Amino acid sequence: MSIPLLSTLIFFPVLGGLSLLAVDRQQTGTIRLMALFIALIEFALSLPVLLFFDKTTHLMQFVEHHRWIPALNINYSLGVDGISVLFLLLTTLIILLSILVSWEAIKDKVPEFFVSLLLLEGAMIGVFCATDFFLFYIFWEAMLIPMFLIIGVWGGPNRIYATLKFFLYTLIGSLLMLVGIILLYLNGGHTFDILRLAGQSYPLKLQLILFWAFFAAFAVKVPMWPVHTWLPDAHTEAPAAGSVILAGVLIKMGAYGFLRFSMPILPQATQAMMVPMLVLSVIAIVYGAIVCLVQTDLKRLVAYSSVSHMGFVTLGLFALNQRGLEGGILQMINHGVVTGALFLAIGMVYERTHTREIVHYGGLATTMPVFAGFFLLFTLAAVGLPGTNGFIGEFLILLGGFERLPWTAVVAASGLILGAWYMLWLYQRIFFNGVNERVQGLAELNLREILTLTPMVLLIFWIGLYPNAMLSFLHVSVAHLVEQVHGGGLGPMVGSVLQP
Amino acid sequence: MIEPVAVNWAAMEPVLPELLLIGVGVLLIGLDLFLPRQRQLLPWLTVVGCLAALAMVLGSRPVSAFGGMFFTDGYATVFKAICLGGAILTALMSESYRTVAGMRQGEHYSLMLFSLVGMLIMASAGDLITLYLGLELMALPIYAMVGLHKTDRRTSEAAAKYFLLGGFASALLLFGMSLVYGLTGTTDIARIGELIDTLHLATNPALLAALALLIAGFGFKVAMAPFHLWTADVYEGAPTIVTSFMSVAAKAAGFAVFGRVLLQGLPQLYDHWGPVLAVLAVLTMAVGNITALCQKSLKRMLAYSAIAHAGYALLGLLAGSAEGMAATMTYLFIYLFMNTGAFAVLMLLTRADGGGEGLDDCRGLATRSPMVAALMLVYLFSLTGIPPTAGFVGKFFLLKAAFTAGYTTTVVLAVIFSAISAYFYLRVVRYMYMSEPQQADAGPLCCSPGMLAALTLCLLGVVGLGLFPGPLLGWTTWILQG
Repeated sequence: MSIPLLSTLIFFPVLGGLSLLAVDRQQTGTIRLMALFIALIEFALSLPVLLFFDKTTHLMQFVEHHRWIPALNINYSLGVDGISVLFLLLTTLIILLSILVSWEAIKDKVPEFFVSLLLLEGAMIGVFCATDFFLFYIFWEAMLIPMFLIIGVWGGPNRIYATLKFFLYTLIGSLLMLVGIILLYLNGGHTFDILRLAGQSYPLKLQLILFWAFFAAFAVKVPMWPVHTWLPDAHTEAPAAGSVILAGVLIKMGAYGFLRFSMPILPQATQAMMVPMLVLSVIAIVYGAIVCLVQTDLKRLVAYSSVSHMGFVTLGLFALNQRGLEGGILQMINHGVVTGALFLAIGMVYERTHTREIVHYGGLATTMPVFAGFFLLFTLAAVGLPGTNGFIGEFLILLGGFERLPWTAVVAASGLILGAWYMLWLYQRIFFNGVNERVQGLAELNLREILTLTPMVLLIFWIGLYPNAMLSFLHVSVAHLVEQVHGGGLGPMVGSVLQP
Repeated sequence: MIEPVAVNWAAMEPVLPELLLIGVGVLLIGLDLFLPRQRQLLPWLTVVGCLAALAMVLGSRPVSAFGGMFFTDGYATVFKAICLGGAILTALMSESYRTVAGMRQGEHYSLMLFSLVGMLIMASAGDLITLYLGLELMALPIYAMVGLHKTDRRTSEAAAKYFLLGGFASALLLFGMSLVYGLTGTTDIARIGELIDTLHLATNPALLAALALLIAGFGFKVAMAPFHLWTADVYEGAPTIVTSFMSVAAKAAGFAVFGRVLLQGLPQLYDHWGPVLAVLAVLTMAVGNITALCQKSLKRMLAYSAIAHAGYALLGLLAGSAEGMAATMTYLFIYLFMNTGAFAVLMLLTRADGGGEGLDDCRGLATRSPMVAALMLVYLFSLTGIPPTAGFVGKFFLLKAAFTAGYTTTVVLAVIFSAISAYFYLRVVRYMYMSEPQQADAGPLCCSPGMLAALTLCLLGVVGLGLFPGPLLGWTTWILQG
């Protein structure tokens, strides 16, 4: 490719966002339209990456490589493989929808909000594209600044506490990873190139130290139990767009970090730590689900359901076999779509009622039937009903987990039952029962809102009915990863059950 | 009969920038005295003079002049560039601060230039005598600058405190130097290093005592704990413009001589000063960052943050390697932009009555002046060390250098203190973006052209060096490794 497609994807929203600062602050309409336009172009730009992606190789594609800081052998190198390519599309789509859902909800400091969103988009794309560890870290931390502002400036009443907690949690985790990165650099032949770092072997003791250093950053981001406590606060207080981005993309980066760094670079440590990781995952699944049952706050409930669902993701990943990994990655996308959609929907209804208390709702199906239909779909997808995308991911994860350690799958399956319980109960309390006076006479969704939710519905069914559309991107890269982790085929090498 | 002294002008070439600055300083006094109506020219003349000196410094050939007492090597060039940069930014900012604080004009600029000459001499010093000469030439005008606002009791107190403690530190330094001279019989820094080997002085207790005294003396200049006690009071009491100049340029000059003496003069004692500096660096970071947490005044918070950053910068020096010193130099360069930027915004906030320096005065700044708030946001994130700002890469180089030298615990502690610092830097961001203005009638801040130029230069420095740190790091590494 002669066109630096990935660089364009990273810097187009950044420059576009900064250009918004040149517009007169009072012209909020123009600013919104410009932001939407930029996000649309960005979305369109991300499509060729998928269309021209070669599914038959695990090698990095659309590679860019420039010397950046020669004194320390740091390079500006980008590339995508099967593991990362899907996240580009997810990111551009989620940002596009976030802009739509913020259309009327954001009234104060409008230019800053859209600039933050677009800068965040550039950084997130950068995280998924970077193949130099230093560059990755730059993007990884750069995401903190706009997210800190999005939660802290435009969030709910307790936003300052939530955003500081989010920032400090993530920062401490990241800084410990930074120490790990330097240690790896000094022991890995003075390079930050991920592929070269993965091509070497390190003593087990060093691997374990590095594994926990990286764990500090990635586990906080996922978030894994017991470092998940920032997530409910951040999710609850963030504006709708912030919650959607958090659920949709940001917390996927922790799991992506495990896939991209911990597993290929530290294979022995990953194997040694497999069981503790599986245990933490299972705890997250069950704990998150049980906590959901007692929530009185709508957003908080969905936030804890994220903890539970991300437990499934890490369960799949640390099963360390083809099915588990594919299921885990697919479930990352699914969770982004479904939970993103739930937060979009909640944002729409919050804009009308300005309350998140579940008891303030009831009978919404009477006043907003179209909205009720959408929400039902998202609920069923979150529960994992066959035919929706949630089912495929969870099924693969349970298969992978069962293959590795049967009891994990057994316990995790109980999380599914609990999931159905809290989600359907939530649906009942909000949409059925008697019509609460607070929701009387609410306006039905308008065209903008319906258009915002429709792409998510399409994705839910598309992945649910034809999962190979996504899985086909994964097969080769995941097989290669499994090979890396198990040192050249020592472990079970199973082809995907869904391979045609 | 008195013979006319023959000046060999050709031999003066290495000190031309210093001579030029002295000339400009004298010119400014005259201008202030005889043409009081043209005072608005003073900052711009200062800027032009400094720019010319900067061009000379950057274009100078590396020579050893006056029998090895004065070097114009790459090492000196980097530190001179930092000090000159600090002076240029200060002069640009002074223009508007003057009108607010109503301080004396001409003296401020000429004193700053004389002090700057001292710093340049320190950067070039190849001999303990030149070093001390430069140090005092730097310090004396700053004592006066701190107290220039003589109707304000705070500044008088600060000046007195700084003068007394500064004199004490100088005495310690001189005592250390005299011990070194007594043991080696020379004041030539490079020669000291050679003689320690030939005379087998590395374990001599008197030399170790000298080392301790030197560390204390230099530690005072760079605001290293436990010799930092003057810093917060003086930084807070001094006019903000002087604080900004001191915290960047004087600190850089201090590091220049610190590095030169330890790395060139006493490398054999590395096993002694390396671990000591590691402990002191951690202490400095701890004192700076933890005390900054509970400050109510933005100016005092920035003063403690300046202490903390001295601790970070020490990480490179204590590595005792070319790589480490390169990291320290790079960091000081970056620090010039981010710290001056933060002080510039503080100056904008300062009101004519001297108020406006509290953290509360930042409240709602994003509503009052969105652009100023955005700039401050960038500087603060850079001071915290969050990419993609330059503060991060600078800190990264330091951590890596200390790590390579084997100071793992120090690095981990530095990282933890860095995370702690996020809390108080972010508090300012929080006040700016997440609170309403304290007074409803507080209008937007107005920027003079000079201030605008300074803010823009700082932004360019922070973002530019953050995205493209390669050339700067390459330059400093190349200078030290040859």
